Amino acid sequence: MANGTIAVPKKAAEPDFYHVRTKHTGIWSWLLTTDHKRIGLMYLSAMTFFFLAAMTLGVLMRLEMLTPGETIMTAQTYNSFFTLHGVIMIFLFIIPGIGAVFGNFILPIQLGAKDVQFPKLNLMSWYLYMIGGILALFSLFIGTGIADTGWTFYAPYSIRTTTNVSISVFAAFILGFSSILTGLNFLTTIHRLRCPGMTWFRMPLFVWAIYATAWIQVLATPIIGITLLLVILERAFGIGVFDPTLGGDPLLYQHLFWIYSHPAVYIMILPAMGVVSEIIPTFAKKPIFGYVPIAISSLAIALVGYLVWGHHMFSSGISDTSRVIFSLLTFIVALPSGIKVFNWVATLYKGSIEVTAPMLYTLLFIFIFSIGGLTGLTLGALNTDLHLTDTYYVVAHFHYVMFGGMGLIFFASIHYWFPKFYGKMYNEKVAKIAAYWIAIGFNTLYFPMFIMGYLGMPRRYYDYLPEYQIWHVISTVGSWILVSGILIMVFNLVKGIRSGKPTTANPWGGTTLEWTVPSPPPLENFDVIPTVTTGPYDHTKLHQQLRKEYKDQQKTEEGKN
Amino acid sequence: MSQNIDTTQQEIHEIHIHRDDFGSKMGMWLFLFTEVLLFGGLFILYASYRFIYPNEFALAASELDMLMGAINTVILLTSSLTVVLGIVALQKNNKKLCLFFMWVTVVCGILFLVNKYFEWGAKFHHGIYPKGPALQDMSEGEVMYFGLYYVMTGLHGLHIVVGLAFIGFVMWQIKKDVLTSTNFQKLENAGLYWHLVDIIWIFLFPLFYLIH
Repeated sequence: MANGTIAVPKKAAEPDFYHVRTKHTGIWSWLLTTDHKRIGLMYLSAMTFFFLAAMTLGVLMRLEMLTPGETIMTAQTYNSFFTLHGVIMIFLFIIPGIGAVFGNFILPIQLGAKDVQFPKLNLMSWYLYMIGGILALFSLFIGTGIADTGWTFYAPYSIRTTTNVSISVFAAFILGFSSILTGLNFLTTIHRLRCPGMTWFRMPLFVWAIYATAWIQVLATPIIGITLLLVILERAFGIGVFDPTLGGDPLLYQHLFWIYSHPAVYIMILPAMGVVSEIIPTFAKKPIFGYVPIAISSLAIALVGYLVWGHHMFSSGISDTSRVIFSLLTFIVALPSGIKVFNWVATLYKGSIEVTAPMLYTLLFIFIFSIGGLTGLTLGALNTDLHLTDTYYVVAHFHYVMFGGMGLIFFASIHYWFPKFYGKMYNEKVAKIAAYWIAIGFNTLYFPMFIMGYLGMPRRYYDYLPEYQIWHVISTVGSWILVSGILIMVFNLVKGIRSGKPTTANPWGGTTLEWTVPSPPPLENFDVIPTVTTGPYDHTKLHQQLRKEYKDQQKTEEGKN
Repeated sequence: MSQNIDTTQQEIHEIHIHRDDFGSKMGMWLFLFTEVLLFGGLFILYASYRFIYPNEFALAASELDMLMGAINTVILLTSSLTVVLGIVALQKNNKKLCLFFMWVTVVCGILFLVNKYFEWGAKFHHGIYPKGPALQDMSEGEVMYFGLYYVMTGLHGLHIVVGLAFIGFVMWQIKKDVLTSTNFQKLENAGLYWHLVDIIWIFLFPLFYLIH
């Protein structure tokens, strides 16, 4: 059964973690907490803010592209906007996203633990995250303005430009430190705090995904740490390592940057894949198909992901031999990713599928991510890449895999674990409408970018030739649809937090341990550390019954109203 | 369903103070991995530029004082020994001896930094620093050598400072009897960190001082 069992929600009034009395009160009960659940929620609120800020920048950039020439901003502003949009979205939202919010809140409960291994370090990671985030935003308002290098900070331009590169780079450095400490914390938690009976192959697949991610965080992030430090030293003292006028080689910057930043895209996507592996068995009401291959493929992606960074540099002037090898290795990453997708679809086969909002987002993810993945192969192949590199095709591919991958699953995760977080339920109908609206907007916004990229529209320009205008107009209209969908979703969730209907411990019929504790969970999650006797996705009639209990309860609630 | 849950052997209502020495050591080792990779990026740069400029690197290395480097190596190796002796002393419940060995470690660390200060000071005096007058007349390879020299030994020096702070912190805890002969993991972690700082120097010394 259920990773052990489905505990009967306690009738006894043990206060949940929001209401339990702790050493500190008021705002300090949050800012000084070491409770993994509160830290997860603090990440969630900070991330919502950063996401909405960067989204606004994106919408303004799309507005600029509505007509050729200067529409609402100058070229310099546009450069700063795409840099800040990238820095915030990547370093503050996509990279930490699912791991920091849902990893923190859910992972210890899924392992049957009371907290992470190093709770104080966990809080420190949050503070580092906030300092990094505030620094990045701060660089907007001081001195010469935000960096205009793009989020990649390529040398030698990042060494020469007079904008605030040092501050943005330092912000990214601090965020990297936060990411390392979070990864270190999760790794030791998974090794040390599994409850009795939780063998490696009884761990939920979300835990496996976080495990693979945490290794990348620990082993790849230091490389970018030192690279970014060197950019700062280069700007401050003229060390020369990346500066061609002093004999340095800018290509080395690109190598060191992508040695981290390519594995980083797996830091972004692996936790999302883990969440998908949780949501699909819950709503197909079946054990997952191919548990072991999915678990191992997470590690395989993490491993191979280290060896493919050169595909970002096909047109930078690296040798033909290395280009061919990097291209081959890039194709190999598609294998473990394919294993996952086929196993998800096989799980759905003959399942009793219930399309709730989280499931809807997950299904949209499979569709959209497949487009993103396949277009990735055309970029991984050498000859097509030379045609498509630095065009809108890359922008479209990137947003299909990142926003369509991690972004949509972030939304799915919020909906899936919303009852666990808040003990309340959002409005399902509105949530589904928002999901469809987001899907329409998403494809209207990004699909035309494939076409204009293929036709030769270069990226990172604020201006373009008139023949591309039709695609830009469609795309900009898409951005309005997408944003309105996101706003509907956010309002629906906020309304759910404020006045949603109370829910049970296990509204979805989930089988992993987090569904055995009350919603919201008590301070230390479990009264008694559970003992697990079976794998994580063991569905039985009991779960159907629990679901029925929940629906009955909802009906009585409606009756009351 | 309840037959699957085994509640009898679990502690109930026990005040939850979680101490896991093995987990703590594991966390420290993971952190050391990140430190190795942090320096790893610099070692890659060093390897690339030494490959491009082998002769210039050898020429520039002759500017460094091999004796100073060797003395510093001996100092650091000694401090690594005393850290281990300190741990053993605490394990044998000899607090006084432990603190003595830790003091020796701290003094060694400070001596190392003082030496480094004089080495850097001499270079600066001769105008060998980024954008300095002497360095500007040198070849690109030599500029690169000294750029890497300052970054790598500087970052290493910073790690010595952090290591000293870490050791100072655990010494304070030993003094207050927070760390004892049965609870010495933090001291061991500080020792691990100190060994890492040491071993990085073991690589820096030949790469910068002994090439010709």
